[in-house]
Amino acid sequence: MDDIVAGIVKAFELLFSGDESTWTAVLATVKVSTCSMLLSIGAGLPCGFLLGYYEFRGKQHLRTVLDTMLALPTVFIGLVVFAFISNQGPLGDFKLLFSLTGIAIGQTILAFPIVTAITATTIEAVDPLFKLTLVSLGAGKRNIIATCLWEVRYGILAGAVTAYGRVLTEVGISMMVGGNIKWHTRTVTTAIALETGKGEFANGIALGIILITLAFAVNLSLSLLRRQ
Amino acid sequence: METKKLFFILIAIMFALCSPAGVFASDTLMMATTTSTDNTGLLDYLAPHFEKDTGIKLKWTATGTGKALKLGETCDVDVLLVHAPPAEKKYIEKGFGKARREVMYNDFVIIGPKNDPAAVKGQSIQDALKTIKDKQSAFISRGDDSGTNKKEKLLWKNAGMQLPDKEEWYVQTGQGMLSTINVAQERGGYTMTDRGTYIKYQSQKGGDAPLIVLVDGDAVLLNQYSVLTLSDKNCAKAQHELAIKFSDWMAGENAQNLIKDFRLLGKRLFIPNAK
Repeated sequence: MDDIVAGIVKAFELLFSGDESTWTAVLATVKVSTCSMLLSIGAGLPCGFLLGYYEFRGKQHLRTVLDTMLALPTVFIGLVVFAFISNQGPLGDFKLLFSLTGIAIGQTILAFPIVTAITATTIEAVDPLFKLTLVSLGAGKRNIIATCLWEVRYGILAGAVTAYGRVLTEVGISMMVGGNIKWHTRTVTTAIALETGKGEFANGIALGIILITLAFAVNLSLSLLRRQ
Repeated sequence: METKKLFFILIAIMFALCSPAGVFASDTLMMATTTSTDNTGLLDYLAPHFEKDTGIKLKWTATGTGKALKLGETCDVDVLLVHAPPAEKKYIEKGFGKARREVMYNDFVIIGPKNDPAAVKGQSIQDALKTIKDKQSAFISRGDDSGTNKKEKLLWKNAGMQLPDKEEWYVQTGQGMLSTINVAQERGGYTMTDRGTYIKYQSQKGGDAPLIVLVDGDAVLLNQYSVLTLSDKNCAKAQHELAIKFSDWMAGENAQNLIKDFRLLGKRLFIPNAK
């Protein structure tokens, strides 16, 4: 119990005293999660659209594979990415191990299925009459697609927020691929794991509170954007 | 169309954040090390001095010695600071490591609850392990093939026993040293730790720790830390020059004095012994 109280006090101390190591970890977390969200939305949105909009053979199987990928464990993604970007792996020459870019690659793999699956589901749920109406109003193909996407923007946003929650809080990929290197690849979650490993539970709780605050800030700005 | 404008601003900010973080200066040395040098705070204390003296930035990832050796084998790091002499020597024989330099030591101790349920206090290490086994007292092991774990396995063997791998009372955490000590504290069990990490744990408990040192002082419990440079044949691209500078610096007078002065609760955590 003492640790929890001490943790809450400590969280404020770390945030407002401008503690350098805390802020570097927060910055690393924001950077890497932003990157992976951009990449996963960039790839997941078109894929999800294609999957939801068109009918084709094997679509159901593809959905099953995609839904399975929603359950990819982060330590496993971390291990596979590690094997690829380690010096002896096929991508070893790019020197991505122990870098934020490496973590972003892993987190993109984590977020991509979420964005894709939720986009596909929301597109599928668009009323067929809506499309018909657009056609009858003389809209071109490009117009129809754009209007459909705009129609389901909140659904896609919900997918992005869900994916962001996973990316922000995962520790397996960051630890294995990033190596928890101070001033470089230490994120808030790996810092929590380290503080716990060091037996500094109050520090760990403080960092946890900081992470939740970060998530709150992101969701708050998104909801403001929505209200506009 | 305010929304669209805001949306584009948001995307622009995201891209700005996502731009590559800048390539690290070439004078950066990447090291793999054990949890004990990191958890005790020794490296946080040494790294700024190393940078001041040599201009080299030290980055490190802390894992068990087993994984640290593996990271050197795959050339993902430039230098190692580890503590498993038999494994290190084999490593050099296999052609992965080039030179091994002893830089400091402390010792392993068996710690347990103050009331010492199996009554091992003052026994030799061999007898203590036998007693723990006979009384089936909880023994918490790292179980992660780290330097400490390798040593512990060797001690069971030396005491003429098989590793109690599947015994109910033998708990393998698979975690770092301080986490493992905390498990031992929760379970009221015994564990083996390096003295440096134990002092760190003691200082966290305000000097009045629930677990105390019960067995120590045997020559076999010596815990030697060494800097290992990598073979330039196996790892052509590693930063060998910087690694040698680090090895020299660690064995030099300045670093050896710094290690000597590194104390918690007025106790020395590591004793410098470079030759």
